[in-house]
Amino acid sequence: MNILVCISQVPDTTAKIQVSGDGISIEKAGVKFILNPYDEFAIEEGLRLRERFGGTVTALTVGSETSKEILRTALAMGVDKAGIVKTDATLDSFNVSENIANYAKSIIPDIVIFGRQSIDFDSSGMAPMVAEMLDLPSISVVSSWSIENNAIIAERDIEGGKEVLSCTLPCVISAQKGLNDPRYPKLPDIMKAKSKPIEEIAPSHGASLVSLTSMALPSSKRVGMIVGDSEAEITSIVTALHEQAKVI
Amino acid sequence: MKHIIVYIEPKDASSLKRTSYEALTAARSIAGDAQITAFAVQGNEQALSTAGQYGVHSVVLAKHELLSGYSSTATAEAIAQYAQSVSADTIILSGNASGKEIAPRLSVKLKSGLLPDCIALSHDGGLKATRPVYAGKAHITVEAISAHAIIALRPNVFTAKQEDSVSATISSFAPTLEAKHAGVKVTSIVKNEGRLDVAEADIIVSGGRGMKGPEHFPIIEQLASTLNAAVGASRAVVDAGWRPHGEQVGQTGKTVSPSLYVACGISGAVQHLAGMSSSKFILAINKDKDAPIFKVADYGIVGDVFEVLPVLDAKLKAMLHS
Repeated sequence: MNILVCISQVPDTTAKIQVSGDGISIEKAGVKFILNPYDEFAIEEGLRLRERFGGTVTALTVGSETSKEILRTALAMGVDKAGIVKTDATLDSFNVSENIANYAKSIIPDIVIFGRQSIDFDSSGMAPMVAEMLDLPSISVVSSWSIENNAIIAERDIEGGKEVLSCTLPCVISAQKGLNDPRYPKLPDIMKAKSKPIEEIAPSHGASLVSLTSMALPSSKRVGMIVGDSEAEITSIVTALHEQAKVI
Repeated sequence: MKHIIVYIEPKDASSLKRTSYEALTAARSIAGDAQITAFAVQGNEQALSTAGQYGVHSVVLAKHELLSGYSSTATAEAIAQYAQSVSADTIILSGNASGKEIAPRLSVKLKSGLLPDCIALSHDGGLKATRPVYAGKAHITVEAISAHAIIALRPNVFTAKQEDSVSATISSFAPTLEAKHAGVKVTSIVKNEGRLDVAEADIIVSGGRGMKGPEHFPIIEQLASTLNAAVGASRAVVDAGWRPHGEQVGQTGKTVSPSLYVACGISGAVQHLAGMSSSKFILAINKDKDAPIFKVADYGIVGDVFEVLPVLDAKLKAMLHS
């Protein structure tokens, strides 16, 4: 099976976000960048498919030189090949998808796996966009699935329940947390991954469809009524919830 | 902006999903002189005509056998074909589970800018949308610089506003669909019986590490039952196996925007705040007065959860019964 896993580099979940001087991006100094947490499930799923069906797992990212770090992580986990569409430009999700779709067209994967969303821009649009560009079915936010004779049955969370969907290969899926338990790379594999080749792919820069005009920290306008734990104080909170906030 | 299409979904035989009413109201708020058409691929007349109560009097129902048994691909294709047939320039839909699959496909089909997860829209000198990024640690303003814009709204953030009691008129549309547009089929839908989902609930009661173990969550469930709320959990609690993944609120869990979020024994790690800071009101109970959760809370009780929650529950019951 020819498996393509698309991954991205994001600020660590504990990173404190500050807006940089340009007013449209974050201050990168002091921020630790990591493999997008959902992409670990995507990589693990790709590796498990290979273990079961044989074939090749390719990890692909779109980003600058520093994004190679996450490809090294993917290689250490066990992917066979790694590629980077190398660009320092800030691309919108349509452009990133286009670059991924172009690469996919060159290797014709049986399955393309994403994490459910990258935790930086949180758009969760990439998997369906790439699927549409490749004219393939897609199932997003998969929490469990089975695959038999090229037919996929996948379960995903929807509002108030779960949905069971079916499609056939080739297809695109995005992985939800809990789909599997991603393996930790072993030290010798981490060392070996450092010297493995990473294919560099020239980007195509189509016209952007979206323009980011400003970035700001959210303003918090909170009531800020903090009290102690006496019965009278608890009652005052209940009264405020009813009379002031009117939520009960 | 000349013509806005709002994708709507029925909830039952007589009404639409709340997220559809939110989308209709949002469309009205930015429409100006633009025409608005609600577009559905399923639903009976009574449910669809309620769009009129939210100020949108024209509903189009697409009819095709490949639209039954949900497939986001077929729905997206039907919306795109209709948008092109009437030269619509803006499409608004809820960014719920199905909207998150449809909107990106529309963006590709119409080569149009996707503005996902919007929490505010403005329309002076061009349509601009605000949305959270980095799980709410920052907000960005974006605009589509393409002929069309696809706007997906974060559920529960926009208020649905009923305007009049006029029913909408419904006309039909026949899209041209092929088998390739129906590549994904719904085999079954399993409802969470008797349990409210954090993604849908108007009130959420969440427990964190301060609950000290899964055996203490009945106190959380009790409070949730009193408030008719869903039970949520912090990442630490889910990672420890105390609660299921589906309840996790935060950066790697669900992002929620209820009217009231009650955080019990949750210190307020930045990843958790990211998932719930767009709640309309936040009540925190924690014994550490310096816990970060109090910085984002509207209401806070500094005290031991095991002592405070039973009293809070009793006081709430008394209030709700009076």
